[in-house]
Amino acid sequence: MIGLEHYLTVAASLFVIGIFGIFLNRKNVIVMLMSIELMLLAVNINLVAFSSHLADLAGQVFTLFVLTVAAAEAAIGLAILVCFFRTRGSIAVDDVNVMKG
Amino acid sequence: MMSADLFTTLPEILLVLMAMAALMWGAWGPGARIAPVLLRLLAWAMILVGLGLLALGGDGAQTAFSGMFVDDFYARVVKMLVLVAAGLVLLVGEAHLGKQNLLKFEFPILVVLAVTGMMLMISAGNLIGLYMGLELQSLSLYVIAAFNRNSVRSTEAGLKYFVLGALASGLLLYGASLVYGFTGTTDFAGITQALAEGARSLGLVVGLVLILIGLAFKISAVPFHMWTPDVYQGSPTPVTAFFATAPKFAAMALIARIAFDAFGGMKIDWAPVLGVLAVLSMFVGAFAAIGQKDIKRLMAYSSIAHMGFALLGLAAGTEVGVEAMLFYMAIYVAMNLGTFAFILSMEREGQHITEIAALSNFAALAPGRALALLILLFSMAGVPPFLGFFAKLEVLKAAWQAGLTGLVIAGVIASVIGAFYYLRIVYLMYFGPETEPMESRMSPTARVVLTLSAAAMLLGAVSTFGFEDLLAAAARSLVQ
Repeated sequence: MIGLEHYLTVAASLFVIGIFGIFLNRKNVIVMLMSIELMLLAVNINLVAFSSHLADLAGQVFTLFVLTVAAAEAAIGLAILVCFFRTRGSIAVDDVNVMKG
Repeated sequence: MMSADLFTTLPEILLVLMAMAALMWGAWGPGARIAPVLLRLLAWAMILVGLGLLALGGDGAQTAFSGMFVDDFYARVVKMLVLVAAGLVLLVGEAHLGKQNLLKFEFPILVVLAVTGMMLMISAGNLIGLYMGLELQSLSLYVIAAFNRNSVRSTEAGLKYFVLGALASGLLLYGASLVYGFTGTTDFAGITQALAEGARSLGLVVGLVLILIGLAFKISAVPFHMWTPDVYQGSPTPVTAFFATAPKFAAMALIARIAFDAFGGMKIDWAPVLGVLAVLSMFVGAFAAIGQKDIKRLMAYSSIAHMGFALLGLAAGTEVGVEAMLFYMAIYVAMNLGTFAFILSMEREGQHITEIAALSNFAALAPGRALALLILLFSMAGVPPFLGFFAKLEVLKAAWQAGLTGLVIAGVIASVIGAFYYLRIVYLMYFGPETEPMESRMSPTARVVLTLSAAAMLLGAVSTFGFEDLLAAAARSLVQ
């Protein structure tokens, strides 16, 4: 029987994979955007699992809001990335280094 | 019922409608010429809405949309300060934006939308509302960080801010989902009730800490400050001035709102977290600023250190602490407005410069402006008798009363270390070697803001003209 814990475990694993994707990836900024998306989707699994477990609708409503915002966030992230590519000519993570830090 | 809800949220609705109308006018109107007009209109509209909000709002508290939106005296006071600060930043930055060919009509619109997001954050009464407000603010800020899209630095600043900001939002959301799972509600009042019934559990603590981490990113508290220096340096200077003022205040106000409105029953969990963030921020801000050569990077570390002090007030977890935090943040915003009005006018042969070395012997060139900057820098360093000293004193006093002796001692040491780099600029201005002089022109608005801000730091030591009572009443309405 698949219960709440299983869903939470999957979500936590996806979330951690997302975080590691941002910090360990040294190749491509697009991969970072995908990692961010992965984190948000992990949260959605969490919310839906809790919502179903608690028999409460608020979690699923929250999920819809998160999905919408994630779409807007991806749009803005890609737009900034396009601007960056135009000025720098590369989207490698190692090239995001004009300023130290 | 519905119309009452709409009436309660009238300021936000007004701002959004104005932003939409401005967007339409900009897209189909007479073209680029309208940008300065639009900027001034929206800036004054924000200032007026802010002042009107406080003047007409009374001192009662009401909620709208089934508790989603809280309109209490605390929210109104903080919103007023945020709106006025944002309006002033726009007015001060106008001349600079025009010169850098960045004065496009989208800029003031994005600022207005970001400010609307901040107002929703300040009034949040529900985790969903909190998230939506935070994202409305953040998404607008990502765009204006990369506003100079032909500059490598500006786009890089936008990209860094976006990636780390999105990471912070992700952490905050994960925390929110845990809080929802362990209390069964996203409503702040519901969370408080669940806590009163003994819902405190490990999952809830983890959720709370994740939410606090997400917000610590937004106020650039150490160890979540990595983006700050780069974003401050890379963004166009008027954008940096905006980042340093309104969003910081809004996010700090939101932390206080969450801590007291939702998690008032978990003070033993959040107070130590905020205390650790405070100490780290104060020290890292003070030490890392010492070697900086760029004044915008220096202001970034300075703001990190200031956030540490403001968090110290919150870590006390008392009404006095909230009042001290509000007082500190209001003075911080006032000091930053003045300082950035000065930085925006730093030019040599028509080019904007941000090296600290360019300030060398500046006092001989423009004694009045040098004196104003001296007052502001002394105030930031916390030298008596300027207002910045009293702000630090209030915060330390609140922490002391709450029995946080260790934090108070750390705060005093950090503020002494931090004074060094402010004094170095003052030394350079007055006794530095001769250098290629900067231009001494300054836009009239920037001059007014610089003068007012410096005058406030001086006069504030004598009397705050009822301002402190206002903040005390705001703190009372939050904590009760």
